Amino acid sequence: MEAADALASAPRRSAGRRLAGLFHGHGGLQAGALLSGPLAWLVILYLGSLAVMLVAAFWSVSPLSGELVKSLSLDNFKTLVDEPVYRTIAGRTIAIASLVTLTDAVLAFPIAFYMAKVASRRTTAVLVVAVLMPLWASYLVKVYAWRQMLSTDGVINWVLNPLGAHGPGYGNTAVWLVMSYLWLPYMVIPIFAGLERIPNSLLSASEDLGASPWTTFRRVILPLAFPAVVAGSIFTFSLTLGDYITPQLVSNNQFIGNVVYNNVTGGTNLPLGSAFAVVPIVVMILYLLVARRLGAFEHL
Amino acid sequence: MAWICVTGLIAALAVVGCGGGGTSTSTSAELQSVGKGEGELDLVNWPGYVEPQWSKPFEQQTGCQVKSKDAGTSDEMIQLMRTGQYDGVSASGNASARLVDGGDVAPVNVDLVPNYKTIFSDLKDQPYNTFDGTHYGIPHGRGANLLMWNTNDVSPGPKSWSIILDPKQAAQYKGKISVYDDPIYIADAAVYLKAHQPDLGIDNPYELNNDQFNAAVDLLKQQRPNVGEYWSDAAKQIQAYTNGDDQVGATWQYQYFALKGDNQPVAVSPVSQGFVPDEGATGWSDTWMISSSAAHPNCMYKWMDYITSPQANAEVAQYFGEAPAQSKACDASTLSAAAKVIGYPADTKFCDKYHAAVPSFWKRVYYWNTPVSDCGNGSSDCKDYNDWVQAWTGIKG
Repeated sequence: MEAADALASAPRRSAGRRLAGLFHGHGGLQAGALLSGPLAWLVILYLGSLAVMLVAAFWSVSPLSGELVKSLSLDNFKTLVDEPVYRTIAGRTIAIASLVTLTDAVLAFPIAFYMAKVASRRTTAVLVVAVLMPLWASYLVKVYAWRQMLSTDGVINWVLNPLGAHGPGYGNTAVWLVMSYLWLPYMVIPIFAGLERIPNSLLSASEDLGASPWTTFRRVILPLAFPAVVAGSIFTFSLTLGDYITPQLVSNNQFIGNVVYNNVTGGTNLPLGSAFAVVPIVVMILYLLVARRLGAFEHL
Repeated sequence: MAWICVTGLIAALAVVGCGGGGTSTSTSAELQSVGKGEGELDLVNWPGYVEPQWSKPFEQQTGCQVKSKDAGTSDEMIQLMRTGQYDGVSASGNASARLVDGGDVAPVNVDLVPNYKTIFSDLKDQPYNTFDGTHYGIPHGRGANLLMWNTNDVSPGPKSWSIILDPKQAAQYKGKISVYDDPIYIADAAVYLKAHQPDLGIDNPYELNNDQFNAAVDLLKQQRPNVGEYWSDAAKQIQAYTNGDDQVGATWQYQYFALKGDNQPVAVSPVSQGFVPDEGATGWSDTWMISSSAAHPNCMYKWMDYITSPQANAEVAQYFGEAPAQSKACDASTLSAAAKVIGYPADTKFCDKYHAAVPSFWKRVYYWNTPVSDCGNGSSDCKDYNDWVQAWTGIKG
């Protein structure tokens, strides 16, 4: 009835009011208007470009003119399997991503636990800011700072040399260190949120029933917080998997991203670059499937 | 469709749903006359090619505000030019042919560039700036890639590339060798092999058949464990030499002068060798090219004439450390005046040191070129740039 009233008095209203009237009472139209922008973004720009990339992976490059040949073939994937260097690079990327994830989980858990269960409200707030603060600084500045610190005359060697030791220099170890530093906040925050959700009464109950602190941690806290750790690991793992600037600045070793970059910026072999880019996508899909089984999505 | 447009508008995303984006007009024909400047000029250039000392006077003369973007590799330059957002580029020979093939650059009417007349004749009508008799740019300058070392760590100074390419010698500097991170570096190995393994029969280091190519790639794979750092960003290499991470390697004049200016103990092959090690060297001969979708073509023509004018060309050549393309840049008075502007000591022998007017010298400098399957001798079994890129991935591992 209200809609009918609105329509009846429509001629005297401005265009804006009429438009508002059109939407009134039409739930589907409302939702459509609200979501069409984000959906267009998601489908056309986000999934669309992904689809183009996947299709390009099956194209090839004409050896004579260097132009794209848009006929489907599996040659690029064959190259990736046949040439051992691509396996080495994929293996290295996945191994370092796993190592970074493990390191961040080990480092982040005590920090998050302290923030969620031990510290006062005020201290927690300060710590949350402290954890997030590095994210305010430019990624490049942070990596260049590490590059300086890790150099032969850098501060790490300056501290270690008098003790008869020397720093790792540039290489895989440096990549692992820098990545673990860069992505730590992405692990701390989900674990903190997960731990905060555990009611303190559960911990008291465990204690009342005679469990030692270690047993409480092992049998109550860890199982409840584990999905949050997995949620954090999605970030640390995927961010490491996709990075190509850090490996370039603190090592000579190529990541999947470097090979993709070289093939695409060279303007020479977009299809091979696209094909190699499928590897991290597949790895991430598998990772997310496992993460879902472990209940990580309830903690994102 | 109308529904999508209406809702799209409401969602403030009119562009996606309703289109209406402008299409840029591309003019691939030569300009017939240079008109008034458009007030802006967007350039892609090698580091050190567009500096305020000579770009500011250009802005005052023409009203074209210069916005320059440094690129570290030819691949990066091509990528930037393909965005269509730049008016011109200082392309080396390993980019120019690809830019012309891709339709990214337009022919240049050299009659509209008065300073073109007095450019050294051995730089004109070359395969990297003239295609099928059509000019595609104005020569800027040329030089050889350098062998640079830290004099505290490497003594006596090496005369040959073998210090970084001979596996035994390179092993002495394990982890301290610095190499250019670009597939085109394979040509440096080919130049070395041309001198040290004549039985391979290498003539042009950019036209390599299967055996020659594999030999060069194998040499670089042996070099790999000794390499401290692959660089493609000049600033990164300067930092690495300053911090003691690099002791010897391949570099450009730009980094050498920057380190010298910072009083770092570095040296390159001496003037007596023409700055070039025994085997010769790879090098470049750069060309200013105009984008086929240039938004400011008049400003770009003004720039191509300005940067090859005696004074400006003498400034950029001395600043960067390369042989100028403009013959009149070598006049003693012009060189001195230019040196004063950029704050360098006057050096009236500059052009002699860099062999600017000695065509025979440049026979030992192999300008960067795009490798293609056509070997230039009738056979077409040479490795093309695609193969070079793949091999480079394999070398770095």
